[in-house]
Amino acid sequence: MNTKQLICIGCPLGCQLQAEQNGTEVVSVKGNTCPRGESYALKELTNPTRIVSTSVRVKGGEHRMVSVKTQKDIPKEKILACMEEINGLTVTAPIVIGDVILQNVAGTGVDIVATKTVAASPSSCQDAGSRNF
Amino acid sequence: MYDIIIIGAGVSGTSIARELSRCKGKFCVLEKEEDVCCGTSKANSGIVHAGYDAAPGSLMAELNVQGNRMMKALSEELDFPFYQNGSFVVCTEENALPRLSELYERGQKNGVKDLQILTREEALFMEPNLCGETVAVLYAPTAGIVCPFGMNIALAENAFLNGVEFAFDTEVKEIIKKESHYQLITSKGIYEARCVVNAAGVYADRFHNMVSEKKIHITPRKGEYILLDKSAGNHVSHTIFALPGKYGKGVLVTPTVHGNLMIGPTAVDITDKEGKNTTAEGIDTIRQKAGNSVRNLPLKKVITSFAGLRAHEDGHEFLIGEVEDAPGFIDCAGIESPGLTSAPAIGVLAADLLKDKLQLEDNPSFTPERKGILNPALLTLEERNRLIQNQPAYGNIICRCEMISEGEILDAIHRPLGAKSLDGVKRRTRAGMGRCQSGFCSPRTMEILHRELKIPMEELTKCGGNSRLITGQRERVAGCSSTIL
Amino acid sequence: MQQYDIVIIGAGPAGLAAAVAAHDAGIRHILILERDREPGGILNQCIHNGFGLHTFKEELTGPEYADRFIKQVEERHIEYRLNTMVMGIDIAPDAPMKIVTAMNRQDGMYQIFSKAIILAMGCRERSRGALNIPGYRPAGIYSAGTAQRLVNMEGYLPGKKVVILGSGDIGLIMARRMTLEGAQVQVVAELMPYSGGLKRNIVQCLDDYNIPLKLSHTVIDIQGKERVEGVTLARVDEQNRPIVGTEETYECDTLLLSVGLLPENELSAGLGVKLNPVTSGPFVNESLETNISGVFACGNVLHVHDLVDYVSEEADAAGKNAAAYVKDSRNAVPGVQIEICPQEGVRYTVPSHIRLSQMQDEQTIRFRVGNVYKNCFIRAYLNDRQIVSKKRPVMAPGEMEQLKLKKELLLSQIETGAQNNRLIIRVEVI
Repeated sequence: MNTKQLICIGCPLGCQLQAEQNGTEVVSVKGNTCPRGESYALKELTNPTRIVSTSVRVKGGEHRMVSVKTQKDIPKEKILACMEEINGLTVTAPIVIGDVILQNVAGTGVDIVATKTVAASPSSCQDAGSRNF
Repeated sequence: MYDIIIIGAGVSGTSIARELSRCKGKFCVLEKEEDVCCGTSKANSGIVHAGYDAAPGSLMAELNVQGNRMMKALSEELDFPFYQNGSFVVCTEENALPRLSELYERGQKNGVKDLQILTREEALFMEPNLCGETVAVLYAPTAGIVCPFGMNIALAENAFLNGVEFAFDTEVKEIIKKESHYQLITSKGIYEARCVVNAAGVYADRFHNMVSEKKIHITPRKGEYILLDKSAGNHVSHTIFALPGKYGKGVLVTPTVHGNLMIGPTAVDITDKEGKNTTAEGIDTIRQKAGNSVRNLPLKKVITSFAGLRAHEDGHEFLIGEVEDAPGFIDCAGIESPGLTSAPAIGVLAADLLKDKLQLEDNPSFTPERKGILNPALLTLEERNRLIQNQPAYGNIICRCEMISEGEILDAIHRPLGAKSLDGVKRRTRAGMGRCQSGFCSPRTMEILHRELKIPMEELTKCGGNSRLITGQRERVAGCSSTIL
Repeated sequence: MQQYDIVIIGAGPAGLAAAVAAHDAGIRHILILERDREPGGILNQCIHNGFGLHTFKEELTGPEYADRFIKQVEERHIEYRLNTMVMGIDIAPDAPMKIVTAMNRQDGMYQIFSKAIILAMGCRERSRGALNIPGYRPAGIYSAGTAQRLVNMEGYLPGKKVVILGSGDIGLIMARRMTLEGAQVQVVAELMPYSGGLKRNIVQCLDDYNIPLKLSHTVIDIQGKERVEGVTLARVDEQNRPIVGTEETYECDTLLLSVGLLPENELSAGLGVKLNPVTSGPFVNESLETNISGVFACGNVLHVHDLVDYVSEEADAAGKNAAAYVKDSRNAVPGVQIEICPQEGVRYTVPSHIRLSQMQDEQTIRFRVGNVYKNCFIRAYLNDRQIVSKKRPVMAPGEMEQLKLKKELLLSQIETGAQNNRLIIRVEVI
């Protein structure tokens, strides 16, 4: 039996939770003020997941970068593997919000999608200054 | 072989350079930093003193009053901001009145014009935020405020356009006296000149002592300042000094030429000639002392603080002239306050000396005028529209606190001796000098520098040397050492 | 001369939502002026998720949240101009018209007449100077938001070894962001004994990556003459003064500052709008209208919000009210006014006064508290009679609070005959 300390993120109260675990099984959760604390502890201890968001380089776009995210939350321990795969990417404009940028990132079965629309950069005859802000 | 090499592109060095450029000859200014105006000249009060402070008969007193008289014409010729706002020395103790009279007398002896002692009522009428204890005030209408960067840069640009060479990032390591010339070993190779001018600010003792047996000693005397937002800029309209009294030497409170309010300096002797850090004690001292001459200061509106080093020579006097045991080596040392005010006169004095020595002939193509960076805020709507039509960059605001356009920044970069760094742009245009302290405009200014000078982003600096702004393009996470808990 | 019914300054979340609301209230001549290269404001660089739970009942990233409103603006064909700086706002000689002076590359400097103005300029970050942090002034000191823009939108890494001062949400978010980009974030220091950030951000941005949070700590020195080389932290006492002997120096090349946001009201001040010294935003009435008739404010320019959802909600009200002003459909009778007086723990309220004749059936009062309170009540007293009591298990300065007041209730409690009524709102700890 071991005890894990957690802070509940459900609300600003930030309850200090003590969860007792028997192996991987959560036996009890204490310190929570409401039921959300318990379900949070269960999730965090058995299957912690996160949404990962970052941005990737764009070729031929009106902006240099496009913001992206994992379409769903992925296991926490996959975050770095996920970043490693995303960081190698360059995408070509135009990109529309929701476009899949990368499928099945880091073997999670989750896609990386664009969270922004980036149009292709207007023709090259545009005056030099205006592409910068 | 140069005729004359000037060490230091501060306000003294560039003033001498500009005066020399009235003559034919091969002149060069060596500067260890990446730009002009990087030492004492960049961090000071920006005050054009009237001249009642220095001891009568001293070179300081003479050059101060001369410099003050020259400033207006020079500012018009070279197009830099200067306002004769007048200064007050505030006396807050009855028993200190004799010392105020003493200052007045000294001013008379030094030839300061229009000095007056004001009564409490007269002073408060002119300056309602003077402290309540004000007893009397020494009023010097000839005192003024100047943009220290603007002046230094203007002098340098004009010298450059009239033929003076400038070598930046060039640090003088050693000076060797030869038969009839000097050899300067620098970080960028060897330079040779018939005469050398030592205008090296806090380093002037180092160079002097390389060629002379009569050693001098310069102490970096730190002065810290705080700068308040423009919304506090009208708190006083004159430059307010406190008469030294029971609280010791006070701090001055002054509007700046750009409309901010500045308070400082402290005075602490240090040993590090690059010790330009601010300190908690220094900032506290300023905040405490500021209230001694001016009331209700909105100290919550501080936008930045900074420190500068005065080049204090042990004898507290300007040392300008040929070094006795080093013919052809001209000192311009110990230039502390009122050095900025005196700079125009220092230029003439040192240049005249060199002209005589080297029998320099007039430069027939010398052009005394220089045009500064356009300030679009001074244009009418129609003029501004015409400008933007011809140069759309003037319609694109980059620094939103100071309302500086891309056009002004492009001018700062592409003009002679143009800006190469973020601080270079800032000193020339004020972009990044406002209330947000470059939070908004720095990425945009960096982008413009990168584009115009074709410098990779990773190599752009804040102020030259190793002051790189970013450490790279975003990297692969492969090097990431963090673990996820 | 260009003429509009409503000119909105700023196309961030506040400006966009206000435009949509004004349009839906029947106004067709609306213009939004935006200084940046795209609409969306600060949301464009807030690429993390967590936005929109209240508004859209789902978790969106900043750009996605902005996109929802940009689409609404575009669907309605509301005109907006990018890369356009507003240089000043004035009251026209033939008031109540206002004149907006704007500038951009294509059109130069020009003036626009408008019946109503909505101020939606947002806020800026406090800088190092405002904190009087001593030390050198090398490269490598960035406000967290500047660093966020450099990393997320421009693709540059401002530093590799980082200390962060300030544990507001931007500071916390940047701690994670820099870590994910390969930088080593050594510590986050916070002057206050509590973090101003959301619990979720403390857990997911710091704890996940083992980044220590030092409460009651501040930066007392910055080393490095050219680039930052180190930062010295010290613990502070109750008066926030550094305690001698607690100094610790961290070797680093970057210091990020996340030390507070300030509403950006230089344009408002230039127009003569009265500002509340507590918020640095305008004083407004129930219609979110400033002391200048027909000039409204919403979003972070009014007071700094914690969630963008509340910005959208507030902007929606500002848009509707501006529309009513333009259509002149408001009750012109001055009538009874209620002054709201924040007390004991309530730092300010938005609005600061209510004209009953203009009030909707329900009025939202937004405010922040000055400390962390547990098990307490928010209570409102109208002319010393308690009219609302709301139990709150916890309140913190980092979170915006709100209280909804029913018009019926106020009407039943006001002193008939008295023109001015006082509404006190305060925190009461049990």
